Amino acid sequence: MLAAVLSRLLRMVVVMFGISVITFLIFFATPSSDPAARIAGKNAAQETIEAVRKDFGLDRPLYVQYGLMMKRLFVTRDLTSFANRGQQIVPAVAAAAPATLSLVSGAAVLWMLGGILTGITAAAWRGRWPDKLLMGISMMAVAMPVFWVGEMVNLITQNRLHDTWAFSWVPALGYTPFSEDPGLWFRSMVFPWLTLAFLYIGLYGRMLRTGIIETYQEDFIRTARAKGLTGRKVLLKHATRSAIIPIVIMFGMDFGVLVGGAAVLTEVVFGINGVGRLTYQALKVLDLPMIMATVLYASFFVVIANAVVDLLCLLIDPRMRRA
Amino acid sequence: MGATPEHETALPPADPSAGDKGWSRRGPWRRVLQGLLASPTAVISAALLALIVVATLLAPVYAKQVSGTDPFRSGLSAKIKIDGKPVPVMQQSTEGLGLGVTPIGPTWGPQYLLGADGQGRDVAARLLYGGQNSLLIAGASTVLCLLIAAIVGIAAGYLGGAVDGVLSNLIDMIWAFPVYLLAISLSIVMIGKSYAFGPFEISSGSLIVPILIIGLVYVPYVARPIRGRVLALNQSEFVMAARGLGIRPGRILWRHILPNVSTTLIVFAPMLMALNIVTESSLSFLSVGVQPPNASWGTILQDGQTLLYSRPMVSLAPGLAIMVTVLLLNLFGDVLRDVLDPKSARGR
Repeated sequence: MLAAVLSRLLRMVVVMFGISVITFLIFFATPSSDPAARIAGKNAAQETIEAVRKDFGLDRPLYVQYGLMMKRLFVTRDLTSFANRGQQIVPAVAAAAPATLSLVSGAAVLWMLGGILTGITAAAWRGRWPDKLLMGISMMAVAMPVFWVGEMVNLITQNRLHDTWAFSWVPALGYTPFSEDPGLWFRSMVFPWLTLAFLYIGLYGRMLRTGIIETYQEDFIRTARAKGLTGRKVLLKHATRSAIIPIVIMFGMDFGVLVGGAAVLTEVVFGINGVGRLTYQALKVLDLPMIMATVLYASFFVVIANAVVDLLCLLIDPRMRRA
Repeated sequence: MGATPEHETALPPADPSAGDKGWSRRGPWRRVLQGLLASPTAVISAALLALIVVATLLAPVYAKQVSGTDPFRSGLSAKIKIDGKPVPVMQQSTEGLGLGVTPIGPTWGPQYLLGADGQGRDVAARLLYGGQNSLLIAGASTVLCLLIAAIVGIAAGYLGGAVDGVLSNLIDMIWAFPVYLLAISLSIVMIGKSYAFGPFEISSGSLIVPILIIGLVYVPYVARPIRGRVLALNQSEFVMAARGLGIRPGRILWRHILPNVSTTLIVFAPMLMALNIVTESSLSFLSVGVQPPNASWGTILQDGQTLLYSRPMVSLAPGLAIMVTVLLLNLFGDVLRDVLDPKSARGR
């Protein structure tokens, strides 16, 4: 067990190192991305570009640049933005993290509850109208781009209907920290939560339904039935329990990716100043260090989520400990 | 994001004993076609998808013959006739201070059927042209992704050893990037510049850039199951038998591995294409996909962002187009998977 844990931790470190190298190469070594020219601005004189290149250490060998960049990002934490001179990157990301965390955790609660309920209901009424209705809605949810759903939600809640009794409680777009006004925080997050959760309820519901139905073919279900257990007990205690493991694994990955900043589209549409929106804004002005930092931040979350999921699987399934 | 296609859904080799409907002698592909034709869902969704493709291909005809506008040039000062009266496409705002202009809304007539966008261009015509690009990008990147994933997955699974070590680790690393952020990163450094690879030249704003990016980011999601499938096939009795008979590795690969992997690839195709349509729209919405003045469903959505409250149709129409197309692709893909993999259809 310990050896398995250690080998996974080592692998995590290797993958993180690899990711940081790839990210660095994408932004600072692709022939078309000349960071010096980017910093100097459009139509800058050749001398200015050269001066900038020297100033930022961009004329040094690549591995030195990589080392400097990582040192300023992780050790001294004083890497500054190219676009807004003086804006430090690490504090900016740290300041944006709580907004993203509120969005994703609220949505996660909704989509786990909704997804599991959808999956079990559809499997229990397989082939009949509740199943068809739920699966129809799930297919729609998966087919719609999440930012478009967000726009449509805004159209309903922020436009003409905003002044009616139905949606007058919805505050204007934006994010209010929980510590400032918990009530306002909650009211402003309801629709972003629902929007983000909708897609995942569709995904998880469909997956759980398929899993339960497949589990129904297993021998232990037949045994459970033969023992005379009620249909409800077989469904909830046997089939759902075993079919839910892949869902838990998927949840770990999705949660990690989203907290890392993959909720960028939802954040942009609802004006939530999270990590994703930070990336989006850096993207508009081509602020390379900021984008690099947010992408690294995100991929580290994925790697950590991956490791946590792996460890959970080790705990759940003894067969994996030998692999 | 989490829209991972189901993994390890693979087809067992065509079972020669499955002759209950006299299909066995007709070959596996014929059987798949018959299975698809027997399903109303598959037939209807395929027909509707074909209709969408034909409609987008008729975009130039629509723009010239029906709407009579150039959907790629801004028409800020254009005027059209409604009920015999000339109406400007960009209408002076009458609300509030009366400042600024709002593009014309849906006329439901031949000209500006769905209204105009912020630059006075016909949304309906752009929707059709945009559909061409969205479908082309999604289709081409699907083919590219499947091709690369097949090569990587088969190489890793079949050659094993050091090749597998390098490729698997590379796949794991790319997997660890959130798809959207990887695509955004690649787009930033690639878009808006021209490249020359020997005789080939990619001009800035070319569709090849989004195709490459979208094609690359999903490779790990397909390559991983392919590798697993090849590893399993390597241990299967018929491959071991072939090896025992002294058949060359190349021939085993061609005759035994490839046909069995191809079904896995085909199952992925419609779902991947659906995913790629959504990815293209998201990237274009974030302005790192298709570049103006070129249109795609994603760029029209981006144009509509600022007009959301005044002219919602500019956002509504491309979103619905994406939803319907993706829905049809997924419906068709579900049937295709059930036909190719009878095991997964058992419980349905």
